[in-house]
Amino acid sequence: MGLTVFTNYEEVAAVILFVIGMMNLLLQANLIKKIIGLDIMDCAVYLFLAAKGYIEGRHAPIYIDNITDASYYINPVPSGLVLTGIVVSVSVSALMMALTVSLYKEYKTLNLDEIMMKLRNEESEELGKLTYGDIMEEEQ
Amino acid sequence: MSKRNPDYENSKWQHFAKWCTGDYDPLEGKMEIKKPAKSNNGNSFAVLMRKMWFDKVDQYELGQNKNLSLFNKAYIGISIILGIFLTILLLVTVSYLPEFGNANAPENNEVAKRYIEKGLEETGAENIVAGMILDYRAFDTFGESCVLFVAACCVLMLLKSDKPEVSDTYYEPGRSAILRPAARILVPTIIIFGIYVVLNGHISPGGGFSGGAIIGSGFILYLTAFGFERAGSFLSERFIKIITVLALTFYCFAKSYSFYTGANHLESVITTGTPGAILSAGLIVYLNICVGIVVACTMYSFYVAFRRGSF
Repeated sequence: MGLTVFTNYEEVAAVILFVIGMMNLLLQANLIKKIIGLDIMDCAVYLFLAAKGYIEGRHAPIYIDNITDASYYINPVPSGLVLTGIVVSVSVSALMMALTVSLYKEYKTLNLDEIMMKLRNEESEELGKLTYGDIMEEEQ
Repeated sequence: MSKRNPDYENSKWQHFAKWCTGDYDPLEGKMEIKKPAKSNNGNSFAVLMRKMWFDKVDQYELGQNKNLSLFNKAYIGISIILGIFLTILLLVTVSYLPEFGNANAPENNEVAKRYIEKGLEETGAENIVAGMILDYRAFDTFGESCVLFVAACCVLMLLKSDKPEVSDTYYEPGRSAILRPAARILVPTIIIFGIYVVLNGHISPGGGFSGGAIIGSGFILYLTAFGFERAGSFLSERFIKIITVLALTFYCFAKSYSFYTGANHLESVITTGTPGAILSAGLIVYLNICVGIVVACTMYSFYVAFRRGSF
């Protein structure tokens, strides 16, 4: 076991950010804060990928003076992966925000627990109406 | 089981079929339902029912149910334990990874070497990442643009409202003394800078995604400053739909042609040109423009959908 955990600050920061985002996702009741937590997790993954692609003392992957020597530039593959990830995460965040707006319009709250409570109350209200009607029929 | 069976309604099969379709409750008729005590007062029955109904509701109220609060405490505890466990697990994994910035790490393998050494010759793009995502892996980027387009469609569908509840300009100052003069200067600058980033995507940092986001922010600033009437005159829903679909179609056919000729070793009309010139790198400039159009329109439609619900 190498002790790179004390030298790889970027990867350690990515791990800590990832766990912070996940704790947000688990412990926050507010839906907007949950979405922010998911975005923090996304950022942690990008930081990890970008850190993996970096090579000490080399240049950004854009040809300078038409030098095509592979030992002159950093690894371009993680950069492309991060680009893909950012685009998809933007789409997913927008979709989640739109769903949250719809939920807010219906239940007038962003708290997930309260939304669940209102949902259950609606269910039992329907159930209550049913039994009430049945009993009334029996009475007649 | 035929319908000639006189007891058809109560047969087991019929019960099963009803249970499958959801109109049969297995506890129906088997559970004892307490009849309320009869009284002369007709209202009391309704009052009693309401009381029963509220007792039932209370068990779902937060802080009323003992089991629920116990569950919440356990949930928080287990979450924290999970977080600590995950942190330790990932840190142990990180400690096995190669050192940061090490050129001999396993991820710096022959794939990256191949892209760097042959990229300029094969794609003609000076920006290696642009050559990679718009030439070698162009269909992947096509999928990304489609994801953005589908996300914009979904958001517009979810937030669609035919008549806004209050007027859109209700909460805004009618004429801002700062915003409009600033926007007059900033909007053309931002849009021109975005076009520059898109067109130089193959020879400098940038490309369709970043340039498209810049152009989209210019559109959003224009809309914020001058309102829906003026912005909607050229950025209408119909116009945005048409140019987005046209850009995606052009991307699909252009790249299909390039892959078809490349795979069959046919003569292609697309040449890589002189590296460093604006009109070089084959299709990459045109594909960058397509991606830029899609991203700018998507950003603008996200903003419009969240602000008003429709164009």
